[in-house]
Amino acid sequence: MHPVANDPNGSTETKRAPLVEARDLVKQFGGLRAVDGMSITLHRGEMMGLIGPNGAGKTTLFNLLAGSLRPTSGEIRISGQAVSHEGPERRIARGVGRTFQIPKPFAEMTVLENVLTGGQHQAGEHIWKNFLQPGRVASQEKAAVEKARSLLEFVTLSGLESEPARVLSGGQRKLLELARILMADPETILLDEPAAGVNPTLLELIIDRVLELNARGKSILLIEHNMEMVARLCGRVVVMAAGKHLAEGSPVEVSRDRTVIEAYLGGVAA
Amino acid sequence: MSVELIGYGAFFLTMALTYAIICLGLNVQWGQTGLFNVGIAGFVAIGAYVSAILTTPDTANRFGGFDLPIAVGWLGAALAAGIIAFLIGWLTIRLRSDYLAIATFGVAVAVQLCALNLERLTGGPFGIGFIPRPFASLAGDPLAFSLLNLGVLVVVVLVLYLALERLVRSPWGRVLRAIREDETAALALGKSAVRFRLQAFAIGGGIMGLAGAAQAHFIGFIAPENYLPMLTFQVWAMLIVGGSGNNRGAILGAVLVWGIWAASAAAVSAIFPPDQQARAAALQIVMIGVALCAILLLRPRGILGEVRVVSRHLGRLSPLKRATSIPQNNEPQHVQKP
Repeated sequence: MHPVANDPNGSTETKRAPLVEARDLVKQFGGLRAVDGMSITLHRGEMMGLIGPNGAGKTTLFNLLAGSLRPTSGEIRISGQAVSHEGPERRIARGVGRTFQIPKPFAEMTVLENVLTGGQHQAGEHIWKNFLQPGRVASQEKAAVEKARSLLEFVTLSGLESEPARVLSGGQRKLLELARILMADPETILLDEPAAGVNPTLLELIIDRVLELNARGKSILLIEHNMEMVARLCGRVVVMAAGKHLAEGSPVEVSRDRTVIEAYLGGVAA
Repeated sequence: MSVELIGYGAFFLTMALTYAIICLGLNVQWGQTGLFNVGIAGFVAIGAYVSAILTTPDTANRFGGFDLPIAVGWLGAALAAGIIAFLIGWLTIRLRSDYLAIATFGVAVAVQLCALNLERLTGGPFGIGFIPRPFASLAGDPLAFSLLNLGVLVVVVLVLYLALERLVRSPWGRVLRAIREDETAALALGKSAVRFRLQAFAIGGGIMGLAGAAQAHFIGFIAPENYLPMLTFQVWAMLIVGGSGNNRGAILGAVLVWGIWAASAAAVSAIFPPDQQARAAALQIVMIGVALCAILLLRPRGILGEVRVVSRHLGRLSPLKRATSIPQNNEPQHVQKP
């Protein structure tokens, strides 16, 4: 286990600079306040868990942080910059990448091509550069293919690089998404339920890779129902219920918190 | 082989290749990007009229008549159609595919009505005649004239094909396919769906405009009735039959469907008496419909189907096959790592 990721007091992390900050976030859908005044801070190099019962607003908060939803009110800052009203396509440039609860592979594209799509600042993504700067496009593409292959090796999908992504199992799709987002070199990764629907063998692999990424300096925010996984990975856990911040602390602290237990049994959520 | 037969073959192929150009434009929009453009006839019409206005001699009671070289007309047609496609796309590209279809259909109807009513610009229902034809000085030698026109179209189609293939196999083409497959995931990877879609829509529109110009100069006359929704239907049938997402399929589909269209026209005039031929002409549309149904049932991805392309540079890096055909059967299958 990685020592930083499992610091029980979270003292190491709290000394670090805030990387992703949300202040008093509200997201209203008609009459429903899915997120109701949430504040959360992810520090540089930290691995933090976000848990809560079903309907607590975790995924909505996650989508707000990822830019997929715009907050009704409140503020999101990344590395000190206000980004509340930026679209999801700007998050990668801010160093924040995300995965999805239900993986979203580009099904008809090959596994390798899926990972290549994560590349940033590719000259070949500009129409005219493909004709006017073919040498630059070729050399960048060569480097991208090498990097994509090393990432596929990292997630143990090398043998499937020329298969269409649609043939992958659920767990393999999660690994593919991880490789794809790593291609963009994000400083922060938002992981949405990486353990959901994954068999135990692949789950161990995912845990291992997430730990390694954190050890390499990636900051990680993890939504997960699997408390064992959260306890193994995260030094600090934030608990949400009914769209609000309910509790925060080490995995052991929050699992003993009376309000958290009540929320999972229906007390607060009701 | 008789001179007449070669001449007819050249004429047939030249017309088919003008449709192939439109199909290549639609393939950028639909095949590569998933943009449901049902206003093809409008963009073709814009190209045809712009080129006609730029290249015809000065005419009383009509704007234009700039008498410019044909190449300038074709370039102007592609640019004008591309710019108008960009502007229309800027307004509509965020729409879901079915709404985009309705919007583009509306644009095509509006363009056709403009062509019909803006007499000072378009000649109204009588259209524009005396559009200069390439190699007009050789018109006295029908064979040479037809073959040289065919040669021009072959060169245009080849250049377009090679340019589009380069783009398909580039990171730009990869992003288009990613957006087509899953826009949310592409956005999360920092790819601006709006920007890439707009580019694809404008390029496709520009290519359609170029095709409109080529058709206009090959026939020598244009009128609003050439740009009815039937043209859009024909081009869609061509792309679906040939293979959406495949540039070679787009060209093949155009030639095949135009062949069915021409053969059914010949059959109608041979089988039906002259007084019934106008009504029997509807059988041409039935023939195209039957061909479309047959293809959709037998080869849902078209005759050639989309080719899976990873990178045009990959062949130099590893022995991995650069391109493999996507199987016709799309049943999901889970593969474990060997």
